[in-house]
Amino acid sequence: MRYAAPSTVNDAVGILAAEEGLSRILAGGTDVLVQLRTGLVEPDLVVDIKRIAEMTTITEADGGYLIGAAVPGAVVNEHAGVKAKWPGVVEALDLIGSTQVQGRATLAGNLCNGSPAADSVPAMIAANATALIAGPHGTREVAVADIPVSPGKIALKHGELITAIRLPAKAERSSDAYLRFIPRTEMDIAVVSAGVSLTLDTDGTCTEARVALGAVAPTVLLVADASAALVGSKLDDAALDALAAACSAACKPIDDKRGTIEFRTRVSGVLARRATKIAAKRALGDVS
Amino acid sequence: MSQIHVSTTINDDAVEFLCDPEDTLLDVLRDELGLTGSKEGCSTGDCGACSVTVGGRLVCSCLMLGAEADGQEIGTIEGVANGEGLHPLQQRFIDGAALQCGICTPGILVAAKALLDRNPDPTETEVRYWLAGNLCRCTGYDKIIRAVMETARDMKEA
Repeated sequence: MRYAAPSTVNDAVGILAAEEGLSRILAGGTDVLVQLRTGLVEPDLVVDIKRIAEMTTITEADGGYLIGAAVPGAVVNEHAGVKAKWPGVVEALDLIGSTQVQGRATLAGNLCNGSPAADSVPAMIAANATALIAGPHGTREVAVADIPVSPGKIALKHGELITAIRLPAKAERSSDAYLRFIPRTEMDIAVVSAGVSLTLDTDGTCTEARVALGAVAPTVLLVADASAALVGSKLDDAALDALAAACSAACKPIDDKRGTIEFRTRVSGVLARRATKIAAKRALGDVS
Repeated sequence: MSQIHVSTTINDDAVEFLCDPEDTLLDVLRDELGLTGSKEGCSTGDCGACSVTVGGRLVCSCLMLGAEADGQEIGTIEGVANGEGLHPLQQRFIDGAALQCGICTPGILVAAKALLDRNPDPTETEVRYWLAGNLCRCTGYDKIIRAVMETARDMKEA
């Protein structure tokens, strides 16, 4: 295995594009190193992106934020601006692993590892986040929702890497929230999760909503029927019931040691309902 | 396969070493540098027995390649005491029997010190959640948490 630590995006792209064998990007390493040690992946080349200045910073951009691909969760969690604008994304990222894992794990890495149960992905998708990608043919920007293809597979081409995640600007009276179910208190993989982002009108009517479910399908589900249940309503019980039903209907989970199909299906609706209430409280300015 | 030359700072000392690309920082600390205080409990980043600080941040050294340490400031359990003088946390762990076999203890001390360095007055909940990545099979955690809380109280009053 070879190790490279380029200091510019162009150098990184060049190294990746020239590699004929298997390569892996090394940001936080909290997934890659585990896979290396267990032999799950045997890369010929590991490219450490942490020496690339723009990958390690958070910058304001067009009312939102660009979070460099190598920025660890602990740093995001200390950024007052990102936390204020996108508390759901931050709390989702913050749930990953332990304090030690938070010292290294990144949004981009969580996305690119391609786990159906990745915590930050439903929140990013609910937030309509995008991924800035650099490659041999230039740069492109892709919805985070379009990055996961199937478990462990992502839609990046040979030589490409994500340089930053963009969290967009937010309308007034908007906010988001993320909840997951795990059997323990910490350090577990989501059995089922829900990320909700919404906008309320001055009279409390929901004008926009995005509802994303994690760990209940090969990739995160963005449930259009769930949005439809909320939009135009004042988030009354009938709307929330419809939301929960839409989530349960959309689930395509598996039975495994962490949870049954029945459990995940039901709890997806429960979590979506709770996350909606939290997001609505936050949207109205209550940050408790 | 050529080795990688790494220049780093460990417990305020300049250190240089050679390592293979796939060596973890934990491998290097224990096998190259003789700093065997950090333990390998799981090698998957779940148990925290390998905890060190990098640039002041608490991390699992089993989740880092040795090569990634280049130019970084590393803090290990060996740097927690001040020469022969134990850190208040270490003294309190002894006095409060907050260890039995001791295998988790280096990681717990590094983690607890990292907490108190940034939050000198944590609540019990904050201590428990901060230490969620440090597993102990012996003590049941109660005496560990008490020791950390009491050290925080003592250090505040000092």
